[in-house]
Amino acid sequence: MKLELRGITKRFGSLVANDRISLTVEPGEIHALLGENGAGKSTLMNVLYGLYRADEGEILLDDEVQHFSGPGDAMAAGIGMVHQHFMLIPVFTVAENVMLGNESTGFAGTLDLDAARARVKEISERFGFHVDPDALVEDLPVGVQQRVEIIKALSRDAELLVFDEPTAVLTPQETDELMEIMRQLREAGKAIVFITHKLREVRAVADKITVIRLGKVVGEAEPTASNAELAAMMVGRPVELVVHKGPPKLGEEVFVVKDLRVVNATGHVQVDGISFSIRAGEVLAVAGVQGNGQTELTEAILGLQDHVTGSVRLDGKELLGRSVRQVLDAGVGFIPEDRQEDGLVGNMTIAENLMLNRSFHLPFVRRGSLQIDKLRAFAQEKLQQYDVRARDIDTACGNLSGGNQQKVVVARELSRDLRLLVAAQPTRGVDVGSIEFIHKQVVATRDSGVPVLVVSTELDEVVALADRIMVLYRGRVVGIVPGDTPREQLGLMMTGERPKDLEGDVA
Amino acid sequence: MNDAVTNEQAPAPAEKESGGQPPEPGKGHSLMRQIVAGDAFAGVLAVVLAVLVGSVMVAATDDTVRETAGYVFARPSDFFSAVWDAVWGAYTALFRGAVYNNLVSDFATQIRPLTETLKFAAPLILAGLGVGLGFRAGLFNIGGRGQMLLAGAAAGYVGINFDLPIAIHLPLAILVGTVVGAFWAAIAGVLKARTGAHEVIVTIMLNYVAYYLLFYALSKEGLLQAPGSANPKSLPMKESAVLPDILGDRFNLHLGFLIALVAVAFAWWLLNRSALGYRIRAVGENPSAARSAGIDVGRTWITVMLIAGALVGLAGVNQVLGTVPDGVTLDLDAGIGFDAITVALLGRSRPLGILAAGLLFGAFKAGGFSMQAAEGIPVDIVLVVQSLIVLFIAAPPLVRAIFRLPAKEAK
Amino acid sequence: MSALTDPTSTGASPAPAATTGEVVTLVSRKTPVVLGVLTVGLALILLLQPESGDTTLRLARETDIFQLPDLTLPTMPTAWALTVVCALLTGESVRRYLAKKRTPMWLVSIFAVAWMTGFLVWAAVGETLPVVGLLAGSLALAVPLVFGALGGVLGERAGVVNIAIDGQLLFGAFAAAVVSSMTGSPWPGLLAAAVAGALVALVLGLFAISYFVDQIIVGVVLNVLVIGITSFMFSQVLAPNAADLNTSARFKVVPIPVLGDIPLIGPILFRQTPVVYLLYIAVAVVTFALYRTRWGLRVRAVGEHPMAADTVGIKVNRTRYRTILIAGAVAGLGGAFYTLVSVPQFNREMTGGAGYIALAAVIFGKWDPIRATLAALLFGFASNLQGVLSVIGSNVPSQFMLMLPYVVTIFAVAGLVGRSRPPAADGVPYRPQ
Repeated sequence: MKLELRGITKRFGSLVANDRISLTVEPGEIHALLGENGAGKSTLMNVLYGLYRADEGEILLDDEVQHFSGPGDAMAAGIGMVHQHFMLIPVFTVAENVMLGNESTGFAGTLDLDAARARVKEISERFGFHVDPDALVEDLPVGVQQRVEIIKALSRDAELLVFDEPTAVLTPQETDELMEIMRQLREAGKAIVFITHKLREVRAVADKITVIRLGKVVGEAEPTASNAELAAMMVGRPVELVVHKGPPKLGEEVFVVKDLRVVNATGHVQVDGISFSIRAGEVLAVAGVQGNGQTELTEAILGLQDHVTGSVRLDGKELLGRSVRQVLDAGVGFIPEDRQEDGLVGNMTIAENLMLNRSFHLPFVRRGSLQIDKLRAFAQEKLQQYDVRARDIDTACGNLSGGNQQKVVVARELSRDLRLLVAAQPTRGVDVGSIEFIHKQVVATRDSGVPVLVVSTELDEVVALADRIMVLYRGRVVGIVPGDTPREQLGLMMTGERPKDLEGDVA
Repeated sequence: MNDAVTNEQAPAPAEKESGGQPPEPGKGHSLMRQIVAGDAFAGVLAVVLAVLVGSVMVAATDDTVRETAGYVFARPSDFFSAVWDAVWGAYTALFRGAVYNNLVSDFATQIRPLTETLKFAAPLILAGLGVGLGFRAGLFNIGGRGQMLLAGAAAGYVGINFDLPIAIHLPLAILVGTVVGAFWAAIAGVLKARTGAHEVIVTIMLNYVAYYLLFYALSKEGLLQAPGSANPKSLPMKESAVLPDILGDRFNLHLGFLIALVAVAFAWWLLNRSALGYRIRAVGENPSAARSAGIDVGRTWITVMLIAGALVGLAGVNQVLGTVPDGVTLDLDAGIGFDAITVALLGRSRPLGILAAGLLFGAFKAGGFSMQAAEGIPVDIVLVVQSLIVLFIAAPPLVRAIFRLPAKEAK
Repeated sequence: MSALTDPTSTGASPAPAATTGEVVTLVSRKTPVVLGVLTVGLALILLLQPESGDTTLRLARETDIFQLPDLTLPTMPTAWALTVVCALLTGESVRRYLAKKRTPMWLVSIFAVAWMTGFLVWAAVGETLPVVGLLAGSLALAVPLVFGALGGVLGERAGVVNIAIDGQLLFGAFAAAVVSSMTGSPWPGLLAAAVAGALVALVLGLFAISYFVDQIIVGVVLNVLVIGITSFMFSQVLAPNAADLNTSARFKVVPIPVLGDIPLIGPILFRQTPVVYLLYIAVAVVTFALYRTRWGLRVRAVGEHPMAADTVGIKVNRTRYRTILIAGAVAGLGGAFYTLVSVPQFNREMTGGAGYIALAAVIFGKWDPIRATLAALLFGFASNLQGVLSVIGSNVPSQFMLMLPYVVTIFAVAGLVGRSRPPAADGVPYRPQ
């Protein structure tokens, strides 16, 4: 099935998310849609899928104009979508998820689960997926969940498949498998749209590349184009692909974690016997695919997890068993991985958010009263210093862009006397300019003699910032390796394989 | 390692909000957003709309209106004048009962309704502040009734049984009542913080438990029951424990209203100028961010419920020691515990808003009774109008849609 | 706070379940603590106020065909024996806690029965406890609660918190009284009750689904609104015309042949009014529909992850509207019980907050129709207990008996329910673009 988009425009208020975008995808073709975070790729696909209504422009399938009033219409027309955040219901089984919205029923609307199971098995076998139709989706690894999404689309006889950032949650190995599946689907004559910001993947699998920036198509490229060319097209200027940092000035081993074990509320062991240490003036980066215990590791250090055993020592003092406030007061700065959930209070102003972790004593609180003048002066200063783009310090943080929100968090955490910085996903969902700025701040913190723990699922960020790299897999340490370890080896370690020539755990 | 790393995936990790829509602020906390956000104009329209609906109900159940409706096509003027009489009569009676009575001659009696309004407003403001404070921390305190009942009972116990000079007796009775209200509410806070029990359920249940506890106390001599009486009622307060009238004997307005004003000032300071209030707001808006920043969410909940219970308790104390000092009864709360929820919602959980909402509802209450007396319209109509106001205020788009539609059709 | 849910739980992101794959059992000490407190409480009652005499349990009614003999028990030995049983069960719960095992539901259930029986035997010393009457009466009192709870379960499974159950019950009672008074037959009244309940639900939907107003606010305010309207109409219209408008035709008890003659069970379950039989059908139909039909699958999908449902072409808000209308109708049927079974007229605020108890049953029953029904029955039992004990005369002040269901609920939500997971999107409005 051939897809053609003509002059699609979508506005959100005054913001133009898609500006007259045109695009053609042929059957048997993998068409990559490349663009920076916030460029408007997902908006475009949501328009295609009937989730958003376009303000202007039309969608054509096999040269016929379509009018979708909802995803149901898009699906009926043969469009299938594999969403970035899986559209699966965790407490349903695979079969139930696949049949949802497309149920075969018996007498009086009773569900025909057998038919659904058979359908899952059939598709699963055709593409070699190995998915159990009766498994609960929440029990499945993310890679398998993604296959359920694909089965869902295929079970509805989709001829055009859209993959929205499909590799964000996958290991390098799973990514390779996904690429293989995409090729297989292409051979079966399906048209495929592949949305991503990862240059390597685009070049590996795409037949055609369309680059989008700020809601506009800025050009097409061949898979043979170089990384630098593609990156420049995406960002609109030559990108500084390097973080400048000198060799570390290592001090004492001030932060030591031993045998850390974390069990979550449902009794699942999320972190199992992790030990490592960080020297003053050193960045230890934690690499690994999302969901391998990183979140629990950082939260355990901060005192945010309930069932933790082992030892976490900073400057010789034990942090485990202390309240979050005591940990923060011991000099720990914390950039949480989800700034909207854990980092900021969206309805509070920038100034108010800047005192979130200092609401008990000076400088912002005196005898139970807020020192509003001091807070305002401080906020004014930080707004400048951290280049937060906002009208004023009374702007609610919820109204800021992702990059500016993150700068507020970073400003707050770095403006105390730190003895340790824990930065979880410090640049997730942030524009390139902010990434560069935040990375500089992290490096400056390290150079001031503070031990830094960076957690990132982006291998590039890990490689750019780390003095040493600790790779986590399924809650355990695969190895701790030097910062210049080749990415191929890191990728392998992220799948849990421990290289034979590992130069010992330098912890 | 400062050598050139080809930053292959260079720009941007996982695309979270493509299209750059402004991200949702601290999600899942729509309660506060809805209470605080909203425009004043829609608020006025909401009141108008609610009053209109009330008028329809008054007119539809009026006997003359129904009679004239029988021959509405023959003599439409009869019908419309009957409607006008019913509605105008109702609202002028309401106004005379709540603000200014033009039917009497001397000034003191003319403005007496206004002082009645202030008298009725005092407990609504106090309890409204308590409920509103809970809202600000993300807690829904439906337990106003129970907190009022037990606080009133405790204050009453002190007021009846102790013999002390007024300078000690009155403050002591107020204090005891307030503390009991605080602790009763704190049960819900502690259970939520320690076991996760939902405060809506717990406070509702505590209302019933408090009611029956009071019932028991009122049917047992030695606790609260008046000796020699079979009714669940206590003796009246001793003189030294009664809140004094502030405008002299001719008016019923007592010290409770000033206490309410002080409480408004306190709540304003607490929420806007104190560190505790800052933490309360942070916990209410986004508990997980507050927790990550070292604020003990559970302890904040407990503290909030203590203060909220104290404020609601003061409302109960106000009733027992001020408005109805002739004895503790089972209905001493007079529905204020629930009215407080609507007051807090209408006041958008802000102290000054609650002050205004409390005055408005106080006026409805004062006027409602005189409307019932003068026009025979059941006071329940006030309940209808109040709840409609809150509903409409919470949905400005609906109000606008309603007001736009007739305009379009008229053309 | 947007729903009756843990503020930290969110619908959208399916968290990876197991990192290491290793699972340990985490146990809370809540259950053993609560059981311990209750056991000590019972023992204290027996110690502080010992009674002498016998307690007789009557297991049949005079009218029954098969007469089971009365059971006479020595009061204190029986009560103490049951206290010991409670203590043993508490011990077992503690042992399991120390061994890091959860206290199973059957243990809690046996404990509940033992504790209750022990307490009753003590409370009814020297008297005859009509067990059949007690249980049959419990069922009757539970009828509006069960209907209300079913309505609550349906709404919340679709993602709409239905605090307005009380308003639906009250409006149902009102409509049933008026319509059956006018028609002289209970059946049109029953229908009117369902329509009235659905009407309240429609308003709930209008505000909560279409205008995204916080569902708890709408629910609470709707309850007040319904109280206001019905009380207003009662004084203004019903009371002056009581003979025409407020003298409802009631349902009569219709024993079911054969089934009604089974000893013990028959008189409890099968000698009831048609409303009760309708209740059995409602429980079965709701349960079946929710778990076995396409409709149920979609309702649950919409309550768990509306966005996912939307992406497969399910109209989220239309589904929610449809579901809460049905939920409102079911709750409205419960309201009919007040005016078509209990008493032959409507009175102001006659539900007495039963809707809130039904809401507690929904949560107690973990959003499952069967369990919510059982929870509602438990509340019915607790309410009826007070009436029975005050009739036979007991040594407990009646106020404390009246308090019991509410205290039990607090204990339950605080300690015994365990981990409960509401529908993930419960209370969260869905805004399609």
